[in-house]
Amino acid sequence: MRYETVIGLEVHLQLATKTKAFCGCSTKFGQRPNSQVCPVCLGFPGSLPSLNEEAFRFAIKVALALNCRIQAIVKFDRKNYYYPDLPKNFQISQYDMPLSYNGFVDIAVDGANKRIRVKRVHMEEDAGKLMHPEGEDYSLVDYNRGGMPLLEIVTEPDMSSPREAYDYLTKLKAILEYLKVSDCDMEKGSLRCDANVSIRPEGETKLGTKVELKNMNSFKGVRNALEYEVKRQDSVLEDGGKLVQETRLWDADKGITTSMRTKEEAEDYRYFPEPDLVPFVVEKEEIERIRKTLPELPEAKAARFKAAFGLSDYDAGVLTSQVDLADYFEECVKLYPNAKTVANWLMGDVMATVNEKNIDMSELALAPAAFTGLLKMIDSKAISGKMAKEVLAEAIETRIAPEEIVQKKGLSQISDAGAIESVVQGVLKKEAKTVSDYKSGKKAAFAFLVGQVMKETKGKANPAVVNEILKKSLGE
Amino acid sequence: MENLHSLTAHKLKELMARGETDPSAILEGVFARAEKVEPKVKAFVLSGKERARKAVAGTARKNGKLAGIPVLLKDNLCVKGEATTCGSKILAGFKPPYDATVVRKLEAEGAILIGKANMDEFAFGSSCETSCYGPTKNPWDTACIPGGSSGGSAAAVAADETIMALGSDTGGSIRQPAALCGVVGLKPTYGRVSRYGLIAFASSLDQIGPITKDVRDSALLLSVIAGYDEMDSTSVDLPVPDYSNALVEDLKGLRIGVPKEYFVKGIDGEVEASVRAGIGVLKSLGAEVKEISLPHTEYAVSTYYIVGPAEASSNLARFDGVQYGFRAAGADDMIEMYIKTRSEGFGNEAKRRILLGTYCLSTGYYDAYYLKAQKVRTKIREDFDKAFSVCDCIVTPTSPTPAFKIGERASDPLSMYLSDVYTIPANLAGLPAISIPCGFSGSGLPIGMQVLAKPFDEETIFRTAYAFEQGTEFHKRKPNL
Repeated sequence: MRYETVIGLEVHLQLATKTKAFCGCSTKFGQRPNSQVCPVCLGFPGSLPSLNEEAFRFAIKVALALNCRIQAIVKFDRKNYYYPDLPKNFQISQYDMPLSYNGFVDIAVDGANKRIRVKRVHMEEDAGKLMHPEGEDYSLVDYNRGGMPLLEIVTEPDMSSPREAYDYLTKLKAILEYLKVSDCDMEKGSLRCDANVSIRPEGETKLGTKVELKNMNSFKGVRNALEYEVKRQDSVLEDGGKLVQETRLWDADKGITTSMRTKEEAEDYRYFPEPDLVPFVVEKEEIERIRKTLPELPEAKAARFKAAFGLSDYDAGVLTSQVDLADYFEECVKLYPNAKTVANWLMGDVMATVNEKNIDMSELALAPAAFTGLLKMIDSKAISGKMAKEVLAEAIETRIAPEEIVQKKGLSQISDAGAIESVVQGVLKKEAKTVSDYKSGKKAAFAFLVGQVMKETKGKANPAVVNEILKKSLGE
Repeated sequence: MENLHSLTAHKLKELMARGETDPSAILEGVFARAEKVEPKVKAFVLSGKERARKAVAGTARKNGKLAGIPVLLKDNLCVKGEATTCGSKILAGFKPPYDATVVRKLEAEGAILIGKANMDEFAFGSSCETSCYGPTKNPWDTACIPGGSSGGSAAAVAADETIMALGSDTGGSIRQPAALCGVVGLKPTYGRVSRYGLIAFASSLDQIGPITKDVRDSALLLSVIAGYDEMDSTSVDLPVPDYSNALVEDLKGLRIGVPKEYFVKGIDGEVEASVRAGIGVLKSLGAEVKEISLPHTEYAVSTYYIVGPAEASSNLARFDGVQYGFRAAGADDMIEMYIKTRSEGFGNEAKRRILLGTYCLSTGYYDAYYLKAQKVRTKIREDFDKAFSVCDCIVTPTSPTPAFKIGERASDPLSMYLSDVYTIPANLAGLPAISIPCGFSGSGLPIGMQVLAKPFDEETIFRTAYAFEQGTEFHKRKPNL
């Protein structure tokens, strides 16, 4: 039987606010354990939460960017469960009235637009981190992360392949980065993703048995875990087995998922309204004020790039896929008018280097002025395109300005006809046999002669000038 | 001066202003009194002698509204560095790293904190018997309970072991012990006083309030602790009036409602007679008295025993032995540590309420219990809204009976729960309510009368209570210890 895949995603996003969700503690990453805590985020007896307004504004920004409707009243609930990383043994979250709901994110599937519906975006607080020292019979808790503001972004089960899930995450991350509301760093845990996946016979409208996947720490991991899980479910059904509703953990090293708990073992969270936080009305004016602070988002920017710079759909899509890349591109075209050239170089050599070095665009040690300076050197024939590639790589590696590299290495291209002429004459003298081959009709000999001239000039001769002089000398 | 401990704060302020006494003399007077009667009353769980003496000698503010006045705190109010246990073994050794907002406010006005008062464990109780420290006794008859849960605070005020005290009231925990001990206890409007630093029982019902020897002191202490606090988002940002302006003896034009549902079966004859006589006094002072109806009164206790335990079950989840307080020894894993710690750390009444609340919030029961209770709560609030369209305040008994014997209801939780039948509605509706002495039983036990008003209308309560007090002598009588 042929099966189709149904995937829904839950993303937990740590908001990059200055202070925690319900107290004044710093949210700085990587500090000494339990150095960023207070009675409130430690859940000490008698302490009470008060909502961080910045977290609320960030949440509204995300809701608006994901085209969500915003709840008229903000209400928090308690999710009750026992775990030592949760100091109150309940988490302040939102249950039946999420901050926002009914949004969407569009992704491209086979060149067409596909709408992934966002079911809800709600606010909650993060838990601390447990550490289990090896060989010891105790565990330690670091509450620095406890009480950090989180958004939970939940989709409808609208994705029908691991690839679509990956594309949704990529698009979501791009939007979130544009909003500058989070680091979106899966390695640091500021963006986490769980996936719900089920399969069903093709054409069936009822959903199959759902499995929740956890413990993926990269977008590729999400895709791999889903691919594995779809195959596993497929083979269970093919072997005549039955799937159980359960939570499974992805093991990235082994490339498999293993069962963590079944539905029967799931906890009853005993949600009820958080009595320590008074529900409040979200003023329409406040939403409009926040809406005005939204930056241009990827789709709008791509459309503008196409219109203003004549870029293709593909180029505009790639250049706007990361806010830093888009900003970099815009800086460059201010300094250098040929947008297509900028785009080609950025999407080619620059991105290749960035990816190879596994850094962000923001970490790229090559100012737009330096980069466009390099492009100008090509245009003025001061260097060849081939040399430019080498200079670019070196400039990124050494953080030395391209012009300086060109000067230091004497890489400037020889375009001076007189200088090239004398080299050409020398080569013609030395290669008399090749010359006669050429004259007798062996056209390939010409390329050999060009090569010899380039060799003599250590590659610095302007190839176009060499061609021209050579042809003239050979009496063409 | 010999009897400084028996005076009110406002009287002591007068004496200090005239140079006839000083904070040190007052403090020593109170300590000497406590030394004498505490073995019989057992109101304190922690004596703050050293700290108090140090404060008087130098650190305390000299010119605040409560400068030099000893104040006793219920043991669920956090004081930085001082043991705060809620009368529970599970908080053994816990010293909060911060002050409750009311503590900061008291010290900012020069009050002298003299220690911590006994209470029912986590404020679960109406008799002060569920404390891990053992029961507090009623100063009027030490075979009787002082009421609860703020029984230590009320008993200490009645026994003159302190000048004033703070309690907390979730279903009557200030007013009922005040009534049973013959003192004045006020539960302010929900949101009037910051709860920051009050170890929560039921967050939507809890409120801190004064327990004092008379109404003027009640107004004085409220004026110190009231006000918006950004640390408590349920506190309300309204200006705090000068409550002393409300202390007038004239009740002309005041419309008093007397709910017929409060004088039905279960009420003690002497209590009913005293309260009816008290209403007569109010009438004679110029008030207009009319019968009103609060039809949903009969559902208040059951509603309260769903909402309160539900919130408590969640609020008390944090006592797990991980970070602070008691941790049971000998657990092999995390779950066992939780189970042993909570089994050994909590008393029976705490366990009963945690179970009750957990059950009410569970999937499948939430709608039938918690959600339904919230709807009834709205109905009860609407009853009051309607009532306050025809009257300015409501007068009722505080407790259906005077103090009962220690142990008498300890094994019968239902009869214990019913002792809060008149006080619970004010918590469910978030209203301010006071209990003032209005008489004595044949066996000499105090009887209290309750006055309720609209939210944030503590002034009407003070006006009514003050006029009554000026027209009667009940508040002047002292227990024979």
